Amino acid sequence: MRLHRPNLLLEVLRPLGQLLVFILGASAVISVITVLTAFLIRGTRTDMDLLQITLILLPQVLIDGIVLGFMYATIALGYTMVYGVLEFINFAHGEFFMFGAFAGVEFLVWMQGQGWLPEGQGWLAYLLLAGAVGVGMLISGSISVSTERIAYRPLRGAPRLVPLISAIGVSFLLQDVMRFYQSTANGAFYRTFPTFGGFSERITLFALPLDDREITIAIQMTSILIIVVGSVMLVGLNYLVNATRLGRAIRSVAQDRNTAYLMGVDVNRIIAVTFLIGGALGGAAGVLWSFRFTRADPYMGFFPGLKAFTAAVLGGIGSIVGAMLGGMVLGLLESFAAAYLTIFTRGAFGAEYKDIFAFAILILILIFRPSGLLGGKTTQKA
Amino acid sequence: MRRHTLALVILLMLATLVAACAPAPEPTASEAAPTEAAAEEAPAEAPAEEAAAEEAPAEEAAAAGTVIKIATQSPLSGPQSVLGTAIKNGAQLSLEQNSAKLQEMGFTVELAPYDDQATPDTGVANATQIAADPTVLCMVGHLNSGVMIPSMEVYHNAQLAAVSPANTNPTVTERGYVEVNRIVGRDDVQGVVGENFAREEMGVQSVYIVHDKTSYGQGVAEFFRQSAEANGMAVLGFEGTEEQANFDSILTPILAANPDLIYFGGIYSQGGILFKQARDKGITAQFMGPDGLDASELASLGGEAVAGMYYSSVAGPANVYPATQQFITDYEARFGEQTQPFAAQGYDAMGICLQGIEKAIEANDGQLPERAQVAEAVRATAGYPGITGEVTFNDKGDKTVATYFVLQVASADPALWNTNQVVKLLDIPAP
Repeated sequence: MRLHRPNLLLEVLRPLGQLLVFILGASAVISVITVLTAFLIRGTRTDMDLLQITLILLPQVLIDGIVLGFMYATIALGYTMVYGVLEFINFAHGEFFMFGAFAGVEFLVWMQGQGWLPEGQGWLAYLLLAGAVGVGMLISGSISVSTERIAYRPLRGAPRLVPLISAIGVSFLLQDVMRFYQSTANGAFYRTFPTFGGFSERITLFALPLDDREITIAIQMTSILIIVVGSVMLVGLNYLVNATRLGRAIRSVAQDRNTAYLMGVDVNRIIAVTFLIGGALGGAAGVLWSFRFTRADPYMGFFPGLKAFTAAVLGGIGSIVGAMLGGMVLGLLESFAAAYLTIFTRGAFGAEYKDIFAFAILILILIFRPSGLLGGKTTQKA
Repeated sequence: MRRHTLALVILLMLATLVAACAPAPEPTASEAAPTEAAAEEAPAEAPAEEAAAEEAPAEEAAAAGTVIKIATQSPLSGPQSVLGTAIKNGAQLSLEQNSAKLQEMGFTVELAPYDDQATPDTGVANATQIAADPTVLCMVGHLNSGVMIPSMEVYHNAQLAAVSPANTNPTVTERGYVEVNRIVGRDDVQGVVGENFAREEMGVQSVYIVHDKTSYGQGVAEFFRQSAEANGMAVLGFEGTEEQANFDSILTPILAANPDLIYFGGIYSQGGILFKQARDKGITAQFMGPDGLDASELASLGGEAVAGMYYSSVAGPANVYPATQQFITDYEARFGEQTQPFAAQGYDAMGICLQGIEKAIEANDGQLPERAQVAEAVRATAGYPGITGEVTFNDKGDKTVATYFVLQVASADPALWNTNQVVKLLDIPAP
């Protein structure tokens, strides 16, 4: 039987196109809703022009939301990979993410100790960042594979809840191992991402006038890198799963494990590879997260992990592009709610209520589309 | 079979990892000090009336070798451990240097350090353990008001004297417990001191206030806001957040509001990141905060963003007090590190505990005193010559006159934190 030759260009462009269309569409919808709200309630505030403020902040809020969306999406990819193959929610994924973050930060801190971190921009800075991401992927990938081997594989035949509980246990164990290591080695729980390479520089896009001053709309170098790396991860994973021999094996195991085994697919190996890929993606996301938000701590995996899981469910768990879309919805909603709630309610509801919106949307989508935005067949979810 | 081998190998790997990354554990192992036997004795003793039970515990203690323990409670692990460890070390140094008199009286004095992890639950659980150990006669702690306030109910019920080296929330002494004292100022004054400085010396006309939703952070932020509103400074926002890393969302409205000042009521571990991200986002406002920002970690987290910013404090760095020269030398020799804020206050709080116990013993004819007697003796402290100034407690347990500081961060380099200059120093009587 001849292997079907996929069209490389199509496999690369299709998910990117889907993502781009979705980002544009979602941004437009949420922006229109926000501006309409501002227009309707503009009379409630006399001290400022609500409509003007809303419009002026809009580009910055959109940029922040999309970057946050990419962050959630890159974490969600790992959840969705594992779920797609095993129909098992790997709750320890947030901890793989955290280990990746620490590995990347420790690598750069060590480099800093050697005096090898450049101050200004240049190819060396990019190389070091790539190195940190690589180290994060390596560590997270190997932890992910060992976790699968030790804590999940022996439970594969067991009822659904058993590996789930095992995953929660692993998650606590990994948190405390890192906490223990950090507090004995450094005397503090967290690590700060070293500043180097001029990545925190802002690139001013344009400026908008407000009263007698200007609000500059800018994007940080870190944000651009996150968008680029996130897109590369999406395209790479999509290509791997849909257009390679390995991907075909992964899909066959996902579809029917026993039949795949009878057809000569080494099921254990494929599942291990799935965990390797999922963990490595989580590690890369961890390094990017601490790169963007400048710190890593042992409990950092919990909330982003929960939200990324939400994003994966929102997009249709098991679907790669769906995870990206889900992340985007969550990121945009959070960013909009946080920025405008304070302004719209005169401080009565602060940014801290932002999660209500994200999770309300989750509930709505699950009521009307139980399989998520891009979910195909409705599978029973653990 | 193979599975067992694998499990063994993993266990071995973990063990080596643990062994490799544990350099010289701190002597905090004595945390487990309260023995079960001691815990069993406690309920019998605690509710006893003063007169009735006075002799029994004294005899008991004499037979037991008359050990007196003084507990400390502060975060020894976690993001705030820099300050918490300073309190513990300061107290430990004082115990080592100043307990000679008690030893002459025939008592052995021991330190019982507890880690409250800066969380109320842990603080209360530790407090219950401390109260259950009848040999503990005094407690030095907490760093966080949010931990002190629930824990002090336990000290009050156990009639155990507590001397706080750092808690500034007014509630700590406003409940009027005879056991609870503090040797620092209060937030209702500190918030006002900060606001006055911002308005008068920095020329600030508008402020955006962010706090961390704890008793301490939100408390001092509220006092700053009240003072600002009373004095005509525009308050453009008042926002609480528990976020540790991603401040994007609360910074966007600040960008639009364009305040002259961002006041952060909270601790350095959040503040440093918030200030850094605010600058990265292009916010040009000045920054300010209360004494929770006073740690060199602020500079290592915030970098250039925090250099030159102002913060108010109830505890100046050790070097602003004239009497701390010897303390700084001793501290560095004993612990091999620089003094951090609250180390000198930990030293004084322990000194007051020791003096209170001495007086209570003297009043009790050389016998081991009741906890209530110690609490009374501590509250009666007057003119105690501490290295951070003279301590006299008023009837609430506040210092009659406390010193408030405004300091300026000298440099983005955390190693230079102790060179931060005091730009304003005010002696204000307790309200």
